[in-house]
Amino acid sequence: MAAAAQRLVWNWVPWALVALLGASSLGVVALHRGETINALWIVVAAVCVYLTAYRFYGLFIASRVLGIDPSRRTPAVRRNDGLDYVPTNRYVLFGHHFAAIAGAGPLVGPVLAAQMGYLPGTLWILAGVVFAGAVQDFLVLFISTRRDGRSLGELIRTEMGTVPGVIAMVGILAIMIILLAVLALVVVKALADSPWGTFTVFATMPIAVFMGIYSRYIRPGRIGEVSLIGFVGLMLAIVLGEDVASSPMWGPAFTFSGEALALMLIGYGFIASVLPVWLLLAPRDYLSTFLKIGTIVALAIGILIVRPELRMPAVTPFIDGTGPVFAGNLFPFLFITIACGAVSGFHSLVSSGTTPKMVENESHLPMIGYGAMLMESFVAIMALVAASVLDPAVYFALNSPAALIGTTTSEAALAVSSWGFTITPVMLDQVAGQVGEATILSRTGGAPTLAVGMANILSSAIGGPAMMAFWYHFAILFEALFILTTVDAGTRVARFMIQDLLGTFVAPLKDTKSWTANVTATALAVSGWGWFLYQGVTDPLGGINTLWPLFGISNQMLAAIALTMATVVLFRMKRERYAWVTLLPLSWLLICTLTAGWQKMFHSDPKIGFLAHAAKYSDAFARGEILAPAKSAGEMRQVIFNDYVNAGLCALFMAVVVAMVFYGVKAIAAARASDVPTTREVADAVA
Amino acid sequence: MRLREAIRGAARTARLMVGVPDYDTYVAHRQAAHPGEPVMSRAEFLAERAEKRFGGGTEGGISRCC
Repeated sequence: MAAAAQRLVWNWVPWALVALLGASSLGVVALHRGETINALWIVVAAVCVYLTAYRFYGLFIASRVLGIDPSRRTPAVRRNDGLDYVPTNRYVLFGHHFAAIAGAGPLVGPVLAAQMGYLPGTLWILAGVVFAGAVQDFLVLFISTRRDGRSLGELIRTEMGTVPGVIAMVGILAIMIILLAVLALVVVKALADSPWGTFTVFATMPIAVFMGIYSRYIRPGRIGEVSLIGFVGLMLAIVLGEDVASSPMWGPAFTFSGEALALMLIGYGFIASVLPVWLLLAPRDYLSTFLKIGTIVALAIGILIVRPELRMPAVTPFIDGTGPVFAGNLFPFLFITIACGAVSGFHSLVSSGTTPKMVENESHLPMIGYGAMLMESFVAIMALVAASVLDPAVYFALNSPAALIGTTTSEAALAVSSWGFTITPVMLDQVAGQVGEATILSRTGGAPTLAVGMANILSSAIGGPAMMAFWYHFAILFEALFILTTVDAGTRVARFMIQDLLGTFVAPLKDTKSWTANVTATALAVSGWGWFLYQGVTDPLGGINTLWPLFGISNQMLAAIALTMATVVLFRMKRERYAWVTLLPLSWLLICTLTAGWQKMFHSDPKIGFLAHAAKYSDAFARGEILAPAKSAGEMRQVIFNDYVNAGLCALFMAVVVAMVFYGVKAIAAARASDVPTTREVADAVA
Repeated sequence: MRLREAIRGAARTARLMVGVPDYDTYVAHRQAAHPGEPVMSRAEFLAERAEKRFGGGTEGGISRCC
């Protein structure tokens, strides 16, 4: 009896303490209304929320909802081939899965969302990950593991039918295109008119090619060694970049406008994705992956050492939707701006990709599926902290389009001060000087803001103010590097999807070995994202303003598709009494994406609604006026055409998600009509 | 001993992060399950994995997140 009581205490008291600490930290974060608040409160609150959520909700889903069965043989065990299917230690696999889901998304979204203050973003990141993001990742991983590691598209086809399978494929391709365009835009925005940044990013290409040749011909298989060589090369490039930027001859040679960089990036995207993978893509993948993980760890340590104060208010006046960074009200736009970090549909592709083929035992699934997403959410929290440690006035100078704050520091200081965030032109020049850039105005896209924030934190830990410029360019390089890797790898994935889709009509296009089919599909993929990228670069509101919401909507829509599939599977498993686990996040995502999509199309404010924007330009055109940024009648027509394409894309996303829900309801009705489970799990008998 | 194991585990994790599973495990598996059949060299193994990760069609390759 005494032993039982002791066990009870040991089991529950620590958790009660964690919950109490989490609740009080969250209370401080939410209710504190003083000058500033320490970032540590947010970090502690987040960690306590994650621990509690994992221990209680994550394991509840594992044991009650899904009925995880440790005695069941996983695909890795049944089909072990030493290559794709390999039973893998759970910590090693956790690292693999986390590296695959963590990217630019959780870093950029929270930075943009900081325009409403740190509080709304923090609350959504925490609530979103616990009830939506981690649930989606975990369920898709579970479902795929029980079906030989099949991909999301195949899962939808086998569990819901062929037609929804094809609809989902089209949806995934459209999302891929928008994703690549937005990520490329982030890079362009960060490098435009920045010779230091541009030089270092250009330098990564010869470095990567050298690494590729080294690991293919000189010392094959030495991944650690070649990565170290590459890393030293990168650091040298950053150091050298300062001299290049200040040189009267080389500085201008590496100074490019956004348009020029966009065109170069499009050309690069095409060439890079038809090159052999060992030459450029694989070695750069080493660099970007290790740099990404290293930087995330460094940022976490930096925040713990420096414990910075958050200077951004908890809530800014811009929650009413008048903010300069992205247009639209807190609901629904905050929830689509922070996609990755709270819930990201893209993870459903990763969770049904390589990870399920390597799970050693079903009992590892909660840690890998639910746990890795909690970790990604923590990355989003750190990005929010990095943006919030900046002087809010600097934040708004960085993130507001030139159309709102002008192009000189005196205009910008005036505009930003008029919003209630006082700053002088001298201070803006000073910040630019500290990070080694000519200007920090209108560097939209999130990456430069994050870089300034990281430079602030990391230079306080190592090097002091003298190292600010180094850390700034280090952060820019790290973001640009893994975005370029994503653009390259993503273009290939989009190419294969296009070949799959077109191949059903024109059979020869399906042949992935055919040079013509390859080039045709690559050209289609590149021109798809390239078109949106160029449109974004020439947009007077900075592009991010227009395209990030489209990306957010598409990403959340993919999450809605994955959760619909998961709900159907729960019903087919005859576990419908737990279906609220997926129905809850699914309903919220549907409300957000459909409202946001509707507003992006039909809102009467031309800043939000694409059609209202088109109407504004059409009316002006009819009166013979030319509205900026258009400089000619042809460009006016182009702006109007872009608006219709964007509205059309929004309509496509909404149609896809509504169709999926329709097929989901049908599949659920069919599952309910049956008295026995109707899932199509793969077990030993089949193998 | 424990430290050496930890380092080995970290190296495996790092390699799998870039899509390269453990070569020794692969060799052991080939010898146990398919004795006498050819086994790829370390360089061939690396090349095969990179090709699969980035050039393997819509299935089996990497689905990198945003």
